[in-house]
Amino acid sequence: MEVRRSILFVPGNNPGMVQTAGLFGADVLVFDLEDAVAPSEKDAARDLVSMALAEVDYGRVDKCVRLNSLDTFCQADLEVIVPSCPDLLMLPKVHRAQDIVELAGLLDGLEGPYQGKIGILAIIESPQGLAEAYDIARSHERLMGLLMGAEDYTAMVGSLRTKAGHEIAVARSLVVNAAAAAGIESFDAVFTDVNDEEGLAADSLLAKNLGFTGKAAINPRQVKTINDAFNPSPGEIAYARLVLKSLRQAEREGSGVASVGGKMVDAPVAKRAEKVMELAEKLGLPGAGDE
Amino acid sequence: MINAIGRDIPDYIEGFGQVKHYRGAFATLPGGNAYGPPIRASRPGAVKVCSGLEELFKLLGLKSGMTFSFHHHLRNGDEVVNQVLAVAAKLGLKDIGVSLTAAFATHAPMIGHINNGVVTSLRTSGVYGPLAVAISGGLLPGPVVLHTHGGRPRAMAGGEHRVDVAFVAAPAADERGNVSGVSGPSACGSLGYAFSDADYASVVVAVTDNLVPFPLAPASIPQNKVDFVVTVDSLGDPQGIVSGTTKVTKDPVGLKIADTAAKAILASGLLKDGFSFQTGAGGASLAAAHYVGRMMREGRIRGGFALGGITGYMVDMLEEGLFKNLYDVQSFDLESVRSLGRNPSHLEVSADLYANPFNPGCLVNDLDVVILGATEIDVGFNVNVVTGSDGVLMGAAGGHPDTAAGAKMTVIVTTLLRSRLPIVVDRVIAATTPGETVDVLVTEYGLAVNPERPELRERFIKAGLEVKDIHELKALAQSIAGVPERIPQGERIVALVEYRDGTIIDVVREAAE
Repeated sequence: MEVRRSILFVPGNNPGMVQTAGLFGADVLVFDLEDAVAPSEKDAARDLVSMALAEVDYGRVDKCVRLNSLDTFCQADLEVIVPSCPDLLMLPKVHRAQDIVELAGLLDGLEGPYQGKIGILAIIESPQGLAEAYDIARSHERLMGLLMGAEDYTAMVGSLRTKAGHEIAVARSLVVNAAAAAGIESFDAVFTDVNDEEGLAADSLLAKNLGFTGKAAINPRQVKTINDAFNPSPGEIAYARLVLKSLRQAEREGSGVASVGGKMVDAPVAKRAEKVMELAEKLGLPGAGDE
Repeated sequence: MINAIGRDIPDYIEGFGQVKHYRGAFATLPGGNAYGPPIRASRPGAVKVCSGLEELFKLLGLKSGMTFSFHHHLRNGDEVVNQVLAVAAKLGLKDIGVSLTAAFATHAPMIGHINNGVVTSLRTSGVYGPLAVAISGGLLPGPVVLHTHGGRPRAMAGGEHRVDVAFVAAPAADERGNVSGVSGPSACGSLGYAFSDADYASVVVAVTDNLVPFPLAPASIPQNKVDFVVTVDSLGDPQGIVSGTTKVTKDPVGLKIADTAAKAILASGLLKDGFSFQTGAGGASLAAAHYVGRMMREGRIRGGFALGGITGYMVDMLEEGLFKNLYDVQSFDLESVRSLGRNPSHLEVSADLYANPFNPGCLVNDLDVVILGATEIDVGFNVNVVTGSDGVLMGAAGGHPDTAAGAKMTVIVTTLLRSRLPIVVDRVIAATTPGETVDVLVTEYGLAVNPERPELRERFIKAGLEVKDIHELKALAQSIAGVPERIPQGERIVALVEYRDGTIIDVVREAAE
């Protein structure tokens, strides 16, 4: 998948949900072997997820598996999951750059000779992980993104987890900045009240405005709201189109300066417009593409 | 003979008689005049109230071989059927025919009455619970006849189905026989299925646990239709009659199906002012109503009417002004019971007005869209709603074939698989609703359109909906779950699926051990 707005967590031990996970429009499916699965069920979940990766047609999505942490069942997870060729693996409880390097080393040893390289998504969910976020973000070429883990993080720093999310404002921005600095993607934490659609829409818009490239979902019902929030709005697309048009016109006329509505189009505005239009084109949204 | 949907049905069935074969949804027409019950008279001062069922049986001289009828508005809370049959058994009656608009788990005692010969035949729209399993195993001497909600009043008006005594469970009644369903400890709302019984039975008995002062008005069934009023301690368990609330599903797969169904309705072009609509009480059907409601609000569309079994959700839509009227043949929850009692725009309708194909104006013919379920659907769009995938009786034809025949667009909503069984199959076990009356199948994996409706298909594709061929959906189901083995069935016919016009569209054979 070229665009990753929504990351849907699917319990790796639920056959019904594993089977239907691809139906809800999520850009990334994360089959969870960690928190959703009790220790006594880990092996059954590994087998189920491994079979699903091999057999079920999920369409054009990224298939990802959330591993158990390096100090628990990660090695056993990898031995079963890697041969089923997931696109990505998600590592929880990443505290330092070395964790990613270690996982990458394990993958080098397990991937088959003709298998593409599996990408890594890191969950930043500890004060230490957050403090070292930039080092983690640039630790290895396999790493394609950081995911903010707000529940564990707030529990560890001792802050109260609220719907408004003021307690994670700085953490969110640090994750966004670390990922942006390393040129990888960043994903916002889950919104846990699955029945609050308006709250989710507001939280998703906040995440987008903070600079996250996508957001995690814990229920299929959340996917559409998240995708809608991360889609460029018709207004954004229309504005981007005007900006790009005025730039082309200025270029044709040999004028060094373009303007829209009397305001000069400087480099950041142009860059933003290009990004919006590129995303809109990838998603096939109305108004995207050439006139 | 091979009928119009390719089913090989015997011309004569033991325990039933000569079969009228299904020839097409609108191919069979009525003839002759309507049947009438005996003319009765009453004198001033005559007493109708009788203090118990046994006393009534003796007073009327009820005897073996008669047919007794009942409605199912008390659903799984009903005890009236059990009470009446217990008295029949006590008095030594045999060979009673039971006409019950639907049979639930609460009616399991009928198994004993069938075993000892008190009851020997059953006409119903569907059977649930232990009685269904027992009948599937060959309990009755002949087949149970499964009728539609419209087919029953048709058969009664045509004189094909005659009732000696109608026992009308009455949540409220007065001493003159006025009956209402909206008040009392067993309030169930509409009594729409019982209206034909009151019109055509030879004797009409209101059975009540709530005798109120005369006059009870407005009455659902008025005193000029009712011969006797019998008081009993209780009509049944109110908990089983109505659920406290009926809610929109939270299951993501059900919501996805509902969302697709709603989008199909929008794309069909039928969603405009005057829109008329019917949907079931299941969570996914209500979710479809939820999405349709949202689109009506956004488009400022004022609908004409909603029809059928009514839930609090439809009541909310009425009160919000999304529909001008509700036509209520059956009230599913307390909110709809309350609304029927207080809102003059919420109207009680008979099964005859609702769905009888042989009258000059049944309401199903005025439906734009109906959303219906299925236990199975085949590649010819024939739908089974009376048995499970195991061939055992487990559901009701109800208004399914009636509304499908009447509505401009019939949408079947179902998951592609249930547990590990494909629901889209080559051939359904018991065709209840013929494919020619079904337009669209919506599953979580996309929708399929009946090839007879190419214009709908075009509209859906234009709207960006994921349209698939029904064979493609069947193949997808089989690729996920494998091809199920054919269910072994015995030779003996245990149920006849009667189409709304009185023809036999399919049969259910004895379930294998």
